[in-house]
Amino acid sequence: MIRLAAVAFLMAQPALAGEIWITNEKDDTISVIDVETLEVTRTIKTGERPRGITFSKDFSRVYICASDSDTVQVMDPETGKILHDLPSGEDPEQFVLHPNDRHLYIANEDDAITTVADTETRTVIAQIDVGIEPEGMAVSPDGKIAITTSETTNMAHWIDTETQALFANTLVDSRPRHAEFIKDGSELWVSSEIGGTITVFDVADQSEQGKIRFEIPGVHEDRIQPVGFELTSDDKTAFVALGPANHVAVVNADTLEVEDYILVGRRVWHMAFSPDGTLLFTTNGVSGDVTVIDVEKREPIKTIKVGRFPWGAATRP
Amino acid sequence: MKRVLGALLAGVIWAAAASAETRVSIAYFHVDVPDPPTLSNLDPAPDDLGPAGAELGRLENDTTGKFLGQTYQLEVVSVAPDEDVIAAAASLLGAHRLVLLDAPADHLLEIADLPEAEGALLFNVSAEDVSLRDAMCRAHLLHTIPSYAMRADALMQFLTKRRWTDWVLIAGTQDRDLAFAEALKASSDKFRLRLRGEKTWTFDADMRRNAAQEVPLFTQDFRDHQILLIADEIGDFGRYIAYNTWEPRPVGGSEGIQPRAWSPVVEQWGAAQLQGRFSDLAGRSMRSRDYAAWAAVRSIGEAVTRTGQADAQVLRDYILSDAFELAGFKGQPMSYRGWNGQLRQPIPLVHARAVVALAPLDGFLHERGPLDTLGVDRPESACTAFEEQK
Repeated sequence: MIRLAAVAFLMAQPALAGEIWITNEKDDTISVIDVETLEVTRTIKTGERPRGITFSKDFSRVYICASDSDTVQVMDPETGKILHDLPSGEDPEQFVLHPNDRHLYIANEDDAITTVADTETRTVIAQIDVGIEPEGMAVSPDGKIAITTSETTNMAHWIDTETQALFANTLVDSRPRHAEFIKDGSELWVSSEIGGTITVFDVADQSEQGKIRFEIPGVHEDRIQPVGFELTSDDKTAFVALGPANHVAVVNADTLEVEDYILVGRRVWHMAFSPDGTLLFTTNGVSGDVTVIDVEKREPIKTIKVGRFPWGAATRP
Repeated sequence: MKRVLGALLAGVIWAAAASAETRVSIAYFHVDVPDPPTLSNLDPAPDDLGPAGAELGRLENDTTGKFLGQTYQLEVVSVAPDEDVIAAAASLLGAHRLVLLDAPADHLLEIADLPEAEGALLFNVSAEDVSLRDAMCRAHLLHTIPSYAMRADALMQFLTKRRWTDWVLIAGTQDRDLAFAEALKASSDKFRLRLRGEKTWTFDADMRRNAAQEVPLFTQDFRDHQILLIADEIGDFGRYIAYNTWEPRPVGGSEGIQPRAWSPVVEQWGAAQLQGRFSDLAGRSMRSRDYAAWAAVRSIGEAVTRTGQADAQVLRDYILSDAFELAGFKGQPMSYRGWNGQLRQPIPLVHARAVVALAPLDGFLHERGPLDTLGVDRPESACTAFEEQK
């Protein structure tokens, strides 16, 4: 039995394989971190000011928002070669891939527009007027609703993906940055950087059903600025980047109570889990590094130097 | 599917609610006092300084309003100082309850005290006089432009941090130069720095030709100092001081390292987006007065968005409440001091090419929050109008 357990443990090891891809906003590169060695194994050139990054469902393609090149680049993750560009509208900052693995919903930060691009035909299939400085993007697991949050208009815009039209606009606190559907799409969470909160919406009727607030002893509330966040695969625990507070909050997703704060690098932006969910990698914009967090222990275990102003993070198994 | 239907239905209800449109009209009242002539012709003041910022704020409000059934109008009225300024202001206040004022302090007070101004909400977007936030404050007059005292404190925090404890001053003779110089001195006392010498710039020579000859001699007898500060708020002589001083010292104040409400070099904290929107609109870069006007209109917008109303009193109450916060692209939420109407805001310390630091600097603390380390503080303020209004 003991031997069996040991074998099982050994077999679990390969799960530690995988990579975390980090976009470096002010270096025009991606740093690829090996999850097992926790070292940067590759640095890949991109277009100008790479921010949002996501993989296709089969991980054969990686999509990169090259904001200042006004394009979404499509890269072969094996070779690091750019295969082609997608029309994205101006200044794409963040995007989300629809569950159909085909449509990208792209926030055009300078244009107050959400662009829907078809990755197969490489065409724009819709452009939707939203508020000023769209940024956070999310799509429901059933693919029926897409969300754009607008930083200056302070709203979550609800898009019906069938008609590509807005069907609701809900106010949130100042400077919304990131959105995620959780719990099988029954809840939508939106972080507000300047408001210092996460608003939890009931997706069924877009009503606000709760708010998460943060408080760190010795850090003034004005510096606690929630931006990116991710949930564990069971949707029970959320990790929330708090920007210039240099901490990640650990939130109980059911009670909405903050359980822990983890010290990370300076101006923490976004994050990604290792494929097995045991490690969390946060991008620390100002310190130019990535903090590796042990998810179970809720402790930082390593800092990895990457390029200048790391921003986005994505997992490749 | 059911869920989506529910969602669509909610959308319909929302659309119906939005059809009751709220119209918000804002006026910008400008007293066009010409600046005195300056030695250099390099930087003429733009004609739309101020109104361009207000217009950008209006456009942003309108975009949000589009989703909430709110529209915003902006009327800009400019009068020359030799016209009947007060009559023009009175007539404008007859039609508008939300008014931005771009005028010298004496006009501001006269306008605020007009019977027509009762019940209106006024925003000072240009006058930096400390007195307007102090004994001369008015309960319906808010200030989005930082005071001389806020800018001086920002700079003195930087000097303190760098341990540049000894400084000297060259001040011009314009009222604004003197007011800024006074604020610098008061702030220096507050932070226990030492003013080691002070001179008034009275030259009338054309410095473009002979700054290299005049300035070294002019600064030769200053005692030991780490930085030379310049109070030259109209941009007359200050630009000729740097690199021509007897001792090799950095300059600051109105030139060199400058405390400003806004500057084209501010790019962090999402500011690049605001700068981009402004230059697309105005065809030039955004300055402090543009920023103050933008912040005033955005404050109105934020209050309308959150309250769903356009009544000046409702908006004033909300703006002065704890619930109000404005995302001002300077790294932290901005709000108003409820006891004198001043917009709390970080002050970037900039030179021509970059932001050197952002005040309040780390380590300067205040019981309410670091932003209140800048400018007149409540215990030392003689402003009582806001207390009385409550």
